[in-house]
Amino acid sequence: MAFGSRVVFDSLSCGFPRGKISVILGGSGSGKSTILRLVGGLVQPRSGVILVEGQDIVGLAERRMYEVRRKLGMMFQGGALLDSLTVFDNLAFPLREHTRLTETEVAAEVQNRLDAVGMSNVGDLLPGQLSGGMLKRAALARAIIRKPSILLCDEPFSGLDPASTKRIERLLVRMNRDSSVTMLVVSHHIPSTMRMADRVLLLLPQGAVEGQPQELRAHADPRVTAFLNEVPDLDAESLEDPDEPPAGKAVRARGGMR
Amino acid sequence: MRRAIEDLGFLALRFVDDLGKLALFTLRILAARFTPPLRCGAFVTELFKLGVLSLIIICVSGMAVGMVLGLQGYNTLVRFGAEQSLGAVVGLSLIRELGPVLTALLTTGRAGSATAAEIGSMVATEQLDGLRMMSINPVHLVVTPKASAMIAVMPLLSALFIVCGLFGGYAVGVGLMGLDGGTYMSSLQSAVDFHDDVLGSLLKALIFGVLIGLISTYRGYTSAPTSEGVSAATTSTVVIGSVSVLIFDYFITALWGV
Repeated sequence: MAFGSRVVFDSLSCGFPRGKISVILGGSGSGKSTILRLVGGLVQPRSGVILVEGQDIVGLAERRMYEVRRKLGMMFQGGALLDSLTVFDNLAFPLREHTRLTETEVAAEVQNRLDAVGMSNVGDLLPGQLSGGMLKRAALARAIIRKPSILLCDEPFSGLDPASTKRIERLLVRMNRDSSVTMLVVSHHIPSTMRMADRVLLLLPQGAVEGQPQELRAHADPRVTAFLNEVPDLDAESLEDPDEPPAGKAVRARGGMR
Repeated sequence: MRRAIEDLGFLALRFVDDLGKLALFTLRILAARFTPPLRCGAFVTELFKLGVLSLIIICVSGMAVGMVLGLQGYNTLVRFGAEQSLGAVVGLSLIRELGPVLTALLTTGRAGSATAAEIGSMVATEQLDGLRMMSINPVHLVVTPKASAMIAVMPLLSALFIVCGLFGGYAVGVGLMGLDGGTYMSSLQSAVDFHDDVLGSLLKALIFGVLIGLISTYRGYTSAPTSEGVSAATTSTVVIGSVSVLIFDYFITALWGV
């Protein structure tokens, strides 16, 4: 995957199990958000296969991609709410576009989602009037309004206070357990990640490491454990033994998106 | 020398590439225009933003241009004892040339730049990607109503500009210079042909509307997702839009005699 001459990652192969919460970790610029955008079909890889519920979406025409995206919900890092609409209308928008619900039913659905993210009384506000954390929660509410089978969350915890972080974490876990929603979560918040994740994909400059949280905690590669232990000023180069490739590099090659 | 030729070739290729992309973008807009839902509400909103909010600048500019034409025309015509032709001079200048061209230039500066900036900022804040993820075609929802409204308002604004200009010319010629009102109006009436002059003028304005609508939406839609990108899109809309209007004006006049 590359943008112009800048290669984001080369020969990445990973799988995200259906109905599980998979968290993507990695340093800034490692391509975490790009993976979500690849799965959403917003960017195209130079080569390869991306399977979303068995369907290869690489090179798919935009019109066909819209059908695939009906199964997807995406919470963007910056919210991506339509700034000319109120929070209520932002949430109601996809329902008005794609369903035949009456306005009363739409209002009930919207209020239900706003309650779930703890924003019952902000429906009348414009996105520009929300704080960063509220914007995140409103974006999450919009992403789940159509009950997607795959939810892509880009940094759902950044900028949130501890209480809101817990609330969002609980909401995501509950959605996953109750509705078997497949979740791909990009996060820097290690504690939440390790609590909620069924699988973790850690993107390192030398390659990706994949596994269950407890497997990665006990990983042989010191860079993996250093990252998960949030070691400050981690100098990856100094930890790397040039003669021996990190063992974690072997943990990959599971095919495309399942 | 070789470097200069290479640069020239690169610029030529980029120009052709841009033209090709603009043509494809135009086809996407056309396809979206005839795809339900027709988004009449969004179209009316854009009519208001591009048309009604431009009324003051169009009326004031039209009046000012008409007054200047009246003053200059009278002072020139009086030397030849032909001041009774002032209505014809002001009318033909405004209807055949100044009305459509100046309206197009003013609209490029006011509404074209605003359109490019609005779409560009939606790109920068991922709002268009957010729409794609909700299976909503941003060309259908955002671009097409704006481009269509631009095409629709341009002949109307041009007609208004001309009417205000004629009134300005009348005010100066009759009110200030003491020309007979009946002479001004009869000169105007006898010189202006509805088919050749008025319809031709409206056609010219329509073509300018297509140009500005396409250029402003295309530049906004393809802007880089940064503040600098939005700024560049806005600037290039005004520059490319204005130059295109003037170049097309020459060819329309030369080839069709409008």
